[in-house]
Amino acid sequence: MRDRPTTLPISFQDVAYVAGTTPILRDVTLSITSGPPTVLLGPNGSGKTTFLKLAMGLLTPVAGNIVYSEHRNVVRRRQAIVFQKPVMLRRTAARNVAFALKAAGREQDAPAIARLLGAVGLEALAERPARRLSAGEQQRLALARALARDPEVLFLDEPTASLDPAATKAVEEIVTCTAESGVKIVMSTHDLGQARRLAGDILFLAKGRVMEHGPAAAFFAEPATSEAKCFLAGGLVT
Amino acid sequence: MRVRYFFLGVVLALFAAASPSLAQEKSIVVASTTSTQDSGLFGFILPKFKAKTGIDVRVIAQGTGQALDTGRRGDADVVFVHAKSQEEKFVADGFGVKRFPVMYNDFILIGPKSDPAKIEGKDILAGLKGLAEKGSSFVSRGDKSGTHAAELALWKAAGVDPAATKPGWYREIGQGMGAALNTAGAMSAYVLSDRGTWISFKNKGDLKIVIEGDQRLFNQYGIILVNPEKHQNVKKEPGQAFIDWLVSGEGQDAIRSYKIEGQQLFFPNAGQG
Amino acid sequence: MDGLTALELIWSGDANLFAVVGLSLFVTLSATIVASALGMPFGALVGLTRFPGRNVIIVLLNGCMGLPPVVIGLVVFLLLSRSGPLGSFGILFTPQAMIIAQAVLIAPIIAALTRQVIEDLWAEYRDELIAMDVGRTSRVATLLWDARFSLVTILLAGFGRAAAEVGAVMIVGGNIDGFTRVMTTTIALETSKGDLPLAIGLGLVLIAVILTINALAWAVRGWSERHAG
Repeated sequence: MRDRPTTLPISFQDVAYVAGTTPILRDVTLSITSGPPTVLLGPNGSGKTTFLKLAMGLLTPVAGNIVYSEHRNVVRRRQAIVFQKPVMLRRTAARNVAFALKAAGREQDAPAIARLLGAVGLEALAERPARRLSAGEQQRLALARALARDPEVLFLDEPTASLDPAATKAVEEIVTCTAESGVKIVMSTHDLGQARRLAGDILFLAKGRVMEHGPAAAFFAEPATSEAKCFLAGGLVT
Repeated sequence: MRVRYFFLGVVLALFAAASPSLAQEKSIVVASTTSTQDSGLFGFILPKFKAKTGIDVRVIAQGTGQALDTGRRGDADVVFVHAKSQEEKFVADGFGVKRFPVMYNDFILIGPKSDPAKIEGKDILAGLKGLAEKGSSFVSRGDKSGTHAAELALWKAAGVDPAATKPGWYREIGQGMGAALNTAGAMSAYVLSDRGTWISFKNKGDLKIVIEGDQRLFNQYGIILVNPEKHQNVKKEPGQAFIDWLVSGEGQDAIRSYKIEGQQLFFPNAGQG
Repeated sequence: MDGLTALELIWSGDANLFAVVGLSLFVTLSATIVASALGMPFGALVGLTRFPGRNVIIVLLNGCMGLPPVVIGLVVFLLLSRSGPLGSFGILFTPQAMIIAQAVLIAPIIAALTRQVIEDLWAEYRDELIAMDVGRTSRVATLLWDARFSLVTILLAGFGRAAAEVGAVMIVGGNIDGFTRVMTTTIALETSKGDLPLAIGLGLVLIAVILTINALAWAVRGWSERHAG
């Protein structure tokens, strides 16, 4: 087994991000370490998507630094991301996975493709054009594409936000399975139930700041901030 | 990306496949006039030439001015037009080797059947004067063709210069004979045409011959080989072969026997014009 | 072509008419292939990269979509004339010159439309492709492939423009009987010879040919969208 570079821990050092003239995130200082899934929780507009894109390297902080275990260019291949509304390439499901394998510099052989499709339960739909899959199936295909990179860290941005409960369950099972195989999951959601089901750690964001960061059990039992209390009680955090 | 190269390959192959005529086949380019083409003469005589010599004659039909210009640029091997003074200048300037008279036809004045200017007759100069006095619509080729040159010469002989004064009744369209006839028909105007184009013209509508038979309406055609010393690419042997054939008994007979609706259009006169 | 109507010619399988139609298709299809081989990657690159003068290039490309065919014909004529810079190739008054002129005519259309399509698609695909570590050349290829149905429509637009024009091919081809005479120049010629019914008939033939090609392309698109879209 070749020695592959490690990307964790990912350290945010006083990171801020502004989109145009709108501040999105500020004063973010924390570390993402290996371990159980970290779930980003918070109301819409709190900066969850921006946080994930910053961690993935798709955005550059306006202030502060993001430091990986090794240089960014070395570790980029060890990270993968699944977007909330993933873009399907105009080809079959199997060819989508093959594309991801190729881009990751890995062999696009039939067994690898079959294995990845099997891991997300899409082996029967391998030859279906990806754009004609259901929303849930597309989300799972996006997961397969991300897993094709054999990542160390998998970011997911509200992966089940637009899915029905059955599809949500299927995706959550894959995420849990992946976490159990050793991949660090960093996932955002505004669904409290999902957070309770999947989280090992909670990162609570509100109004552009990280309000709380700690073990999930402690967070749900005894949230430290008023915003978190408000959110957990079902209120709107303004 | 491979798909891109495949397509490029297809195109290059098509190019190559379509180019046999560029290299091996015997062919010459002859710059001639729209009146000769529109009359159908070439369609009749060229197959005979090809059958005899195997040379493919490719005719570009332009106005005389443009045809001579094509010869000057070296884009044709032979020029075959009907404007003697321009042809002689072409040779004198060194662009052509020698001018050979080939055939003649005549010009006719075409006009509306009702002849509003009342100029029907046999005297072209009187007719043109009449048009100018009455201000009747007249369509001019205006394209430096042989017909246009003849038209201007006739106006001058009649003592009028509409090309310079540009009165409202004088319409220069800058196009070939067929287009001029179409325009004259649509406008109920008069127009100077060569007989060949007129006979084979299919949209005569309300037009008829108003003046014909005047000696001044005689129209001589000449053929010239483009000077190979000016342009190395000129195919002088097949070009000269075409000229030789046209002025020979065979070529002259071919010209003589071309008829439309029983009428002979062109009168061979090699060695005389 | 004399007094027979165009329909009779088609019905009787007139060799002359079919030769003219065949040459028209050969010239215009070849020009479309050449123009897209050059124009599509160029348009895609302009759509994807930022460089100084980019806006000028885009305005020029869009403007060139409206270049008059006869002007292009004249420019190509001057280039290919024996007295011109490329005269030694000797391709003036041949089908090859016509292909070049039409390719010059439609390349800007294809490039400009491709740029728009690819730029829009990139906005949609950007995050995914960057997140998947797709390299620059692969991005162009991926976007071009995913945009293929729109690109087919662009190709047909270019093809239609070339098939319909008469100015460029008349000047650089010379309308030589049996060699560089195509549908549009034949229609112009028959009109000037006063044979208007034949000219109109040929016009209908030309329209029918173009419609058939479009119908075929649409059918191919539908089939491939169902099977691999």
